[in-house]
Amino acid sequence: MKYARLVWSNLMRSKRRTVLTLASVAVAFFLFATLASVLTTLASVTETGSESRLSTRNAIGITFDMPQSYHERLRGTPGVREATHVSWFGAVYVDPKDFFAQFAIDPVVYFDMYPEVLVPEDQLRAFREERTAAIVGRKLMERFGWRLGQTVTLQGTIWPGDWEFTIRGVYEAEDPSFGEETFYFHFDYLYELSNQTARHGWYILELEDPDQAGAVSARVDAMFENSTAPTKTETERAFQAGFVTMWGNVGFLVRAIGTAVFFAILLIAANTMMMAARERTGEVAVLKTLGFRDGQLASLVIVEALLISLLGGFLGLMGAKLMFESSDPLASFLPGFSVAIGTIGAGLAIAALLGLVAGAVPAWQSARLSVVEALRHVG
Amino acid sequence: MALVEVHDVYKTYSKDSQAVQVFAGVNLEIESGEYLALMGPSGSGKSTLLNMLAGLDQPDSGTVVVEGVDLTQLKARQLADFRANNIGFIFQFYNLLPVLTAAQNVELPLLLTSLSKSERNERVRIALGVVGLVDRSDHFPRQLSGGEQQRVGIARAIVSDPTLILADEPTGDLDAKSADEILALLGELNKEHGKTILMVTHDAHAAETAHDTIHLDKGVFHR
Repeated sequence: MKYARLVWSNLMRSKRRTVLTLASVAVAFFLFATLASVLTTLASVTETGSESRLSTRNAIGITFDMPQSYHERLRGTPGVREATHVSWFGAVYVDPKDFFAQFAIDPVVYFDMYPEVLVPEDQLRAFREERTAAIVGRKLMERFGWRLGQTVTLQGTIWPGDWEFTIRGVYEAEDPSFGEETFYFHFDYLYELSNQTARHGWYILELEDPDQAGAVSARVDAMFENSTAPTKTETERAFQAGFVTMWGNVGFLVRAIGTAVFFAILLIAANTMMMAARERTGEVAVLKTLGFRDGQLASLVIVEALLISLLGGFLGLMGAKLMFESSDPLASFLPGFSVAIGTIGAGLAIAALLGLVAGAVPAWQSARLSVVEALRHVG
Repeated sequence: MALVEVHDVYKTYSKDSQAVQVFAGVNLEIESGEYLALMGPSGSGKSTLLNMLAGLDQPDSGTVVVEGVDLTQLKARQLADFRANNIGFIFQFYNLLPVLTAAQNVELPLLLTSLSKSERNERVRIALGVVGLVDRSDHFPRQLSGGEQQRVGIARAIVSDPTLILADEPTGDLDAKSADEILALLGELNKEHGKTILMVTHDAHAAETAHDTIHLDKGVFHR
């Protein structure tokens, strides 16, 4: 503690440089927290889904729809307790930038197959009884300031026109990665107003026995193997992972960008530390003359570097956490997006490593400094 | 036994890849309580001698004994501890840390001791009292005159109560009035506080204030 004044005074020697260095480190760790959270959220999305549910989609791709006749055949497949269908709607509410997902579903069966999605019983009943009714996630309601019973109009893109819905229910998700930003409505309404052109997008199958997932998948796909729309049946988790890979190799991109940013900041911080140490060559020589040991002086330099990197890292990481908690700009694309405590811990560990690496060279230079040579230069 | 014993010291250093011999078997003894001036032309080895006595530089051969300790046998860490406990160093250009106040600069050598904060503060107050700068203790070096900065430098040199004070041209950067004040202060440290002082100087007037003058020329000491 008795060296604290010395360390603090050195940090305050050039306030502008210290503040700018802190800011650059903080920005770097804000980016780190954001990118790392994208990765962890993507990973958690692929773990969403029940072991007892399968998804059956068109084998060609998720964007190719399915014949409606498959519904009844799937319901009758041995090992399948229940089957329901989902269709992508893709409409816009006021501004195309305010994206959220909308799905046309079977109002009778869908929510029974998703017990982890919580809808009050009376609201679910009201939803099922009205053809133009919708059930909306709690966060989506908050985002647009909607209220129960309100009529909202979406502009169709796949099926053009103004589509009016009345919000009859609000759901909450037990698992944050399921998200609370989705809009559900009756498939029958879509089918009718699309002049019967809408199709089922994919099917969800509820299994009688989760251990039979492999056998049932094979049975379903074999059943449609020689049809006009062969199927691909997989676990709900694999289906979610397929959605994520539609974005491309996001993980690789995020890691590559994150690593590049990290090393750029490392170079900036190391350069700043070295500049600061170089300016103090004469002072280091004086301190050695007074009896300071090489190790003590090296430690002081390391502590300075650690303080800057840890403080900057803390500010950046906490800034990201607070910002994404107060407003969740990525919720539509990445349900459950947040900066986890683990990410903050990892960030602080990296910040400590950054401080050690950035301080190592000037610390070593301080320790190796020849007092006689240095004093000759300072007089 | 003398406080300082330099025996048969050889020292060569290289300059522009040329070997320059500074000392070739020199001997010197300084008794405890002496106040000596060291004079000689530039490049004669005055600063090299001071650096050796402070354990900042080592001879190629021979021994340098200060207070019974052979500095040539000590490792870097031991030499640092030796300097902290036994040597007070006064620089020509004061070499105060600009980011610290006068009191904080004087406190620096005491950070290496096990003294408590209050004990350190008391020592700093006494040292600044000796040099007459108690009322400037919270001033930064840029707020002090050259003479005042050198007095802070002297307070820093004596705060850990070393036996030997090495002064490298302490008046070289001062006007005549300030230089006289510094010389008077050094004389007082020697006379009142019993400090042994070796002062490198080019100024004959400054040398006259010392008990004796050693002339260093072509690697030989003349008293």
